[in-house]
Amino acid sequence: MTVAALPTAALGELLRSMADDEFVIGFSDSEWTGIAPLLEEDVAMSSLAQDELGHAAALYGLLGELGGEDPDALAYDRQPDAYRHCRLLDHGRGNWAMTIARRYLYDSADAVRLEALAGGAWEPLADLVGKLIREERYHRMHAGAWLERLARDGGEARTRLLLALRELQHDAATVFTSLPDEASLVESGILAAPMPELERRWRAAIGPTFADLDLPLPPAATRAERGRLDHGQAFRWLWDEFTSVRRSEPGVAW
Amino acid sequence: MSPVATADVDERAVRAALAEVADPEIPTVSIVDLGMVEDVRVGAEGIHVALLPTFVGCPALGIIRSAVEARLRAFHRPLEVRFEYRVPWTSDRITPDGRRKLRASGFAPPAPVAADTPVLVQLMTPVSCPHCGSQRTVLESAFGPTQCRAIYHCTACRQPFEAFKPV
Repeated sequence: MTVAALPTAALGELLRSMADDEFVIGFSDSEWTGIAPLLEEDVAMSSLAQDELGHAAALYGLLGELGGEDPDALAYDRQPDAYRHCRLLDHGRGNWAMTIARRYLYDSADAVRLEALAGGAWEPLADLVGKLIREERYHRMHAGAWLERLARDGGEARTRLLLALRELQHDAATVFTSLPDEASLVESGILAAPMPELERRWRAAIGPTFADLDLPLPPAATRAERGRLDHGQAFRWLWDEFTSVRRSEPGVAW
Repeated sequence: MSPVATADVDERAVRAALAEVADPEIPTVSIVDLGMVEDVRVGAEGIHVALLPTFVGCPALGIIRSAVEARLRAFHRPLEVRFEYRVPWTSDRITPDGRRKLRASGFAPPAPVAADTPVLVQLMTPVSCPHCGSQRTVLESAFGPTQCRAIYHCTACRQPFEAFKPV
């Protein structure tokens, strides 16, 4: 694609939304390091978090090349309201069932989004997406295995999972919040289909699993147009955490 | 590692030098053994090396790049070493020699990747114990001490071991 035809602003919004999603879920899940319910899960969540932060770094790198910005500054130097992750990831870590519910909803949605970007017209992103898809398969396997385990266990595990899904339900579909000037991404062949269509594909993908486990499928998002805005107190707390080192000595090279 | 006269630099010399750059986490295998070297070009303007990250978020990438640059500086040519994703790295790129070295270091090499097979099925495919060679091994965890490794247990010799994930 020639540079003149590149819808730079819309592409920037797409990269920012994806990078912020991966960055925020990576930091949230890294909170389990040292305190996960099983030693194997301590290792697993740490490994998953490391993957997500690496994916975020690669996406911030592309965004930085596009707009001439420093990837570290993009990750750490913005105010909380300038982040564009979806509201699904604004819920705090919560208990293990909450973490699994959020991960399952996010990973399944992210997979649909990545498929829609694979082979896209902007090669730097299409190339990266090809690699991300291979790695994210492990994430989906992990979240899927735990969702099934908690749902089928009955008792307190299932109760907690249902409570978590209820808390997340109105934000579950916010991964598919329409992006500013999203049509230009579709027209230029960067994104295969608009977000409402991707949400439909996501519902078709997770429907059989939810039916099989007798779990309620999340409804459409409330305040859907603000699905990547209005970050609440839980994110403010996380932002304080993940920027604290950077803010302690501004401008220092770590 | 003596400096090579500029006239002697060709792709083969560069590839031979890259074969001396060890993986920082498993130093018995080189980045060539792991199939990380995608492209080497030697031209009038210098040496270009394209590397493939095993995992996008691998924290060793910076160290690997520095090690490659340090080794290739012996050629006294301008260097460009970059990571790219145009071709995704997969565990199938590990060379036969690399597989042998992994096994000798106590790591089971990955089974060939079948793109349509679910990850869990691939992980459950028996891998040979690097200690005793038995195939009576079970997956303990899909996640290990680094992003590219999973943890197994051998029911024959009762030893835990790590295996490269099929990716």
